[in-house]
Amino acid sequence: MRIAGNGLLGEARQVAFSFDGRRFTGLEGDTLASALLAGGVRLMGRSFKYHRPRGVLGAGSEEPNALVTIGRGAAREPNMRATVQEIFDGLEASSQNRWPSLGFDLLSLNDLAAPFFGAGFYYKTFMWPKSFWEKVYEPMIRRAAGLGALSGLPNPDRYERAFAFCDLLVIGAGPAGLMAALVAARSGADVILADEDSRMGGRLLAETREIGGQAGHAWAAEVLAELGAMANVRLMTRTTVVGAYDQGTYGALERVGHHRPRHSRALPLECFWRIVARRAVLAAGALERPVAFRDNDRPGIMTAGAVRAYLNRWGVSPGRAVTVFANNDDGHRTARDLVAAGVHVAGVIDSRHDAPLSDAFEVHRGARVCGASGRRGLESITIRSVAGESRVQTDCLGVSGGWNPSLHLSCHMNARPLWRRDIAAFVPAPGAVPGLEPAGACNGAFSTAACLREGAAAARAALADLGRRPAGFDLPQAEDAAYAITPLWAVPGRGRAWLDFQNDVTVKDVRQAAAENFRSVEHMKRYTTQGMATDQGKNSNVSALAVLADATGRGIAETGTTTFRPPYVPVAIAALGAGGQGKGFAPERLTTSHSASVERGAPMIEAGLWYRPGYFPAPGESGWRQSCDREVNMVRGAVGVCDVSTLGKIDIQGPDAGALLDFVYTNRFSTLKAGRVRYGLMLREDGFVMDDGTTARLGETHFLMTTTTAAAGEVMRHLQFVHQCLRPDWDVSIVSVTEQWAQFAIAGPKSRELVNGLLDTPLREGDWPFMACGPVSVLGVGARLFRISFSGEHAYELAVPARFGDSLFRMLLERAAALGGGPYGMEALNVLRIEKGHITHAEIHGRTTACDIGMAGMVSDGKDCIGKTMAGRPGLVDPGRERLVGLKPSGAARQLIAGAHLFAPGGDAVRRNAQGYITSAAFSPTLGHMIALAFLRHGPERIGETVRMVDHLRAIEAECEVVNPVFFDPEGGRVRG
Amino acid sequence: MRISCPICGERDRREFHYRGAALTRPAPDAGEAAWDAYLHLRDNPAGATRELWYHETGCGAWVVVTRNTLTHEMPGCELAAEAAR
Amino acid sequence: MRFSGWRVIREGLSGNRGWSPHWRDAAPRDEYDIVIIGGGGHGLSTAYYLARDHGLSNVAVLEKGYLGGGNVGRNTTIVRANYFLPGNSEFYSYSLKLWEGLEQELNYNVMHSQRGLINLFHSDGQRDAFARRGNAMINQGDDAILLDREGVRRHAPFLDFDNVRFPVHGGLYHPRGGTARHDAVAWGYARGADRRGVDLIQNCEVTGIDIGNGRVRSVQTTRGPIRAKKVAIVVAGRSGQVAAMAGMRLPVESHVLQAFVSEGLKPVIAQVIAFGMGHFYISQSDKGGLVFGGDIDMYASYAARGNLPAVEHVMEAGMTLMPMIGKARVLRSWGGIVDMTPDGSPIIDRTDTQGLYLNCGWNYGGFKAVPASGRCFAHLLATDRHHDAAAGFRLDRFRTGRGIIDEEGTGAQHNLH
Repeated sequence: MRIAGNGLLGEARQVAFSFDGRRFTGLEGDTLASALLAGGVRLMGRSFKYHRPRGVLGAGSEEPNALVTIGRGAAREPNMRATVQEIFDGLEASSQNRWPSLGFDLLSLNDLAAPFFGAGFYYKTFMWPKSFWEKVYEPMIRRAAGLGALSGLPNPDRYERAFAFCDLLVIGAGPAGLMAALVAARSGADVILADEDSRMGGRLLAETREIGGQAGHAWAAEVLAELGAMANVRLMTRTTVVGAYDQGTYGALERVGHHRPRHSRALPLECFWRIVARRAVLAAGALERPVAFRDNDRPGIMTAGAVRAYLNRWGVSPGRAVTVFANNDDGHRTARDLVAAGVHVAGVIDSRHDAPLSDAFEVHRGARVCGASGRRGLESITIRSVAGESRVQTDCLGVSGGWNPSLHLSCHMNARPLWRRDIAAFVPAPGAVPGLEPAGACNGAFSTAACLREGAAAARAALADLGRRPAGFDLPQAEDAAYAITPLWAVPGRGRAWLDFQNDVTVKDVRQAAAENFRSVEHMKRYTTQGMATDQGKNSNVSALAVLADATGRGIAETGTTTFRPPYVPVAIAALGAGGQGKGFAPERLTTSHSASVERGAPMIEAGLWYRPGYFPAPGESGWRQSCDREVNMVRGAVGVCDVSTLGKIDIQGPDAGALLDFVYTNRFSTLKAGRVRYGLMLREDGFVMDDGTTARLGETHFLMTTTTAAAGEVMRHLQFVHQCLRPDWDVSIVSVTEQWAQFAIAGPKSRELVNGLLDTPLREGDWPFMACGPVSVLGVGARLFRISFSGEHAYELAVPARFGDSLFRMLLERAAALGGGPYGMEALNVLRIEKGHITHAEIHGRTTACDIGMAGMVSDGKDCIGKTMAGRPGLVDPGRERLVGLKPSGAARQLIAGAHLFAPGGDAVRRNAQGYITSAAFSPTLGHMIALAFLRHGPERIGETVRMVDHLRAIEAECEVVNPVFFDPEGGRVRG
Repeated sequence: MRISCPICGERDRREFHYRGAALTRPAPDAGEAAWDAYLHLRDNPAGATRELWYHETGCGAWVVVTRNTLTHEMPGCELAAEAAR
Repeated sequence: MRFSGWRVIREGLSGNRGWSPHWRDAAPRDEYDIVIIGGGGHGLSTAYYLARDHGLSNVAVLEKGYLGGGNVGRNTTIVRANYFLPGNSEFYSYSLKLWEGLEQELNYNVMHSQRGLINLFHSDGQRDAFARRGNAMINQGDDAILLDREGVRRHAPFLDFDNVRFPVHGGLYHPRGGTARHDAVAWGYARGADRRGVDLIQNCEVTGIDIGNGRVRSVQTTRGPIRAKKVAIVVAGRSGQVAAMAGMRLPVESHVLQAFVSEGLKPVIAQVIAFGMGHFYISQSDKGGLVFGGDIDMYASYAARGNLPAVEHVMEAGMTLMPMIGKARVLRSWGGIVDMTPDGSPIIDRTDTQGLYLNCGWNYGGFKAVPASGRCFAHLLATDRHHDAAAGFRLDRFRTGRGIIDEEGTGAQHNLH
């Protein structure tokens, strides 16, 4: 019911929206909850377990009951709090966790079976027959459980993540936060003031208290106007600080678009902020807690503070005959404000015998509410006092069991809050989060004046830490009443009294948990699911703790608390992972030949972060195998061109460059002559192979190392580690030049011809033997040429500065075509290298030693190197290890496949008989059959033997002959020729 | 988490690669026990620790960070090259 | 008290007043045959199997906090047997067999749900590695099916197959993989051990281990000294500190591993889906929350909480893999202290001190191991012989290089995982 003249919305524009298909009109500035209450709607949701009818409990993000789905289609948002969602024209909201309708929900039958659905009942049953869990019980439970539903469609909305930095982050813009921000801002500090609400002011918007002689909300508006005009202040509304992390990093969620009719693509729906603050003030206020009594979950029962908020901010009375149940003075303010607004107050029930009396409404001193009726909306309550029980007709009951400081962020670094008996609440432990100072209600200071005082003091302390002089000014006058409370957690009596509304945890459940020896607060929580609903126990944890303390005969402080963990309010995965959707998950690295390859129809495949061409289809070819075979034959018969720029290239210079290489490679490089290239094997310090590649000596003190594509980053890091941490005195510089050079392999019998066609000075016969390198000039461009080969053919690698890569590649292809050659892709590259028994990370997969790959001889005797000592451990040199061999089919079955395991012929294909496995397999067009590289126990000693290959997954079996892993040209005549 | 690189100043943890305890590499002939200790065994303290981080997407410096494994406080950070000398 | 549906109904009709404690709160006695340090999943299952298999009930479990308060109560609840290296293969296979029937064994519904697990791959190289793994699983007698892209689509049509950085090429499907209700596993074993006479002692922190003549004598605790013939250390992330009380340094480094749960949602993800490229795995709990996690934060920590870079990376991975989860909201995050060994595989072994035994190094994956870990460790404690299923988990494998079990191939040295 809207109360004319009340609230802060003023002459706001009318907004049309719908709830469960019914059309409503609210005012701009309304939340869905305030607008529905204004429209007389009390039933807004259903509880999780018993599907009980529910209305709003609060007026903020902690709302456990009024969860709705907003929108439709792919953009549908489940589990939105009606108390947070602002209405806009065309908003479509629908209730959830009910079928067929909110008013009539079949699963509310669960409520009738409640005696059997007590705490932890599912741990004790659903066990027979055994097979029924997956088939019957679990599907049934899963269907009944859950709240809203995801659309199942890709999220169509845009989200962002951003960083922000400040001297002081003020969390919460109530009186304490506003004061802290004002003091710090006037003193010149960079301030971010973040508040969860759509409008700053905190409780000042919900109360009728005055500051400095004017209405609290007016004072807030004045302060905000001043702050808003300052260049050193950033005001962030609709921004919830959700987590406190190390070194002053805070996570914050800004709701940018949820309140807009059709959020334009220019703005994200949400932005997740990483705010790095040198100091922070926690001014998050406090949350009012309910009191548990029989059927205290009826729609129409809410916190007394929420009633005031709806009345004073939104001009809505949630009922026509309102009652209040309190154990502290705060509840009486609800009654006073209602009376002042002309709403009938049907009575204030105060559990204290010394509660203040009023002329304006009846106060039942020393009384308690012990029951409520009205299944889909409150109709009456039952009051118990020394005089006996009586019934009061009421459609709204405001309950105040006291206030819990919103200290959650102070617990994010494991600090446990402290219990304060005088206010019957937990407060933040001092120093809980380094650099974070609590102030105001979240620190247990509940009067307006105390909030202002603490806010100012926290700002001054932060300024002192930051080395700034605080600007002087006077605190405005404000109400400073003491907070008077006598704890009351649960009203004793028959029936069910709710603690955790959403998860349907009652006082009985907590008592039963205690009886079953789930006495630790963590045990109780896990056993009953208390505090594990979407409000994360904000409304119920302290009360449940008190009930547990009572049930176990302990004090509250002794019983302890559960830990509050981030996030303070639930945060969309899309916001935390903004940018990750689609291709945003990882960078895309493209070679200079990318466009030319795509133009030729090459499918580009992922190679780490790079994209490389799989193969280059020729007209008439119908599959990758055909293209691959052709490309292999082309390289073996004429010439092929392949972009190998993705290999890591590390430039190493300095007098000690040779020493460094000797130390990181198993073999020696200091003896390598300038103008020559050598293959190197690199171990990890644990003695297993890290990587391999060639290193060229470009000059006396200048080397260029190549790494595999996969290990480029790891090797770079490793070299820097070895230099900076192990050999800091060596005079050597290391820099990655992978991106700076485009490098192409030119392989095949006609490679020399192709290269010579491009060089300004053709190669002279005899000058460029295998493993030579040096500078060359390509059409006037300084380039590097390496006579190295991965294919086993006479081959070169030609490197030019990356800006020439595209044109060189196109030129190479054009000229190769004239020689009967062309480009080849990863498929052919792989076949070529398998034919030669060259290893890749399929073989050096982190578990292989130099011995395993037949390179024990490369570990130089005369020097230390990384990994050498540990490579000598008995387990690493055992000849019985699985070692590299070649395999070819020797029986009727001709197919070999990577991932298959090897067994003795005739042996069962079971683990105990396993002797090895295939790492790489390919059809060799050169040899006309399949070939494979494999690791086999005692491998090299078994050349000529037959083994059985079994691939269970693809039902492939073959007899194989164990052969030398170099299938083609084992003497290496072609590469040297 | 923020790390104060001696060269770049305070930077986000995302720029750094973590390696672990800052230990001294044994001599090649130091024996099996010394190498086992270097590579595998750890004090694994619940409290102050000295450890190596690499400013991988920053200046490329390896740094020795003094950090508390219980609280994540980081009272110190120096260049590994200087610490090793 | 035996649990059953009948019992639930009977108690329900009489106001649920008849339920009794699931376990006693025992006070420590002066001496036990075996003292187990650590009342987590592994410690409790060890106690259970000591009593059940070996008739040893003069046993105490000492827990510094509350039972099941460590990693068994803060994990992503995945149960699987999809390892491929000898040592791991037979152990996890054995463990899965123990899971299948655990409810009846313990008379406690641990809600073991064999809903299937899919490991995705995104390249030919990864396919080959997963094929090797799948074949190893079948060699071991477990189940594995290699799915192509369309096969994955049939199980999980909501994955982004087309517009994604690392397109799905296929997956290795493990139908017997799944989840279980983590707390219930700890409680079920606790109740079972208690019923067989084991003393479960909470709020009892071990502060010292007394050794004389190379033999363990007793432990010092915050509740007084306790003599013991044998002492078993089963303390996961705290292994380093407890072992140090016995003068040992372990090949263990403690790290933080974060995990997340979303608000409750109607069923949308049927299986467990693992996206190795993105270090991301997810399932949906019976209550409707999406339960998911990623990689460790990558720094040594005992803080049991993590930082945003790891959080955001997990969420990015989720968004690229299955963009339909974007509007699910993260309700809670937590961090477990995981005991990382150099090769990523665990240790169940004797120590150089007579009577002192060690069970640690479960890295990110201790939950699924709980049944077999306890059973094999109990076997070792009772008989002084290694159980066949856990014979590979030796402490000396790093020193000798024999039997290193490095599934990830990242190296048997710390921080390369």
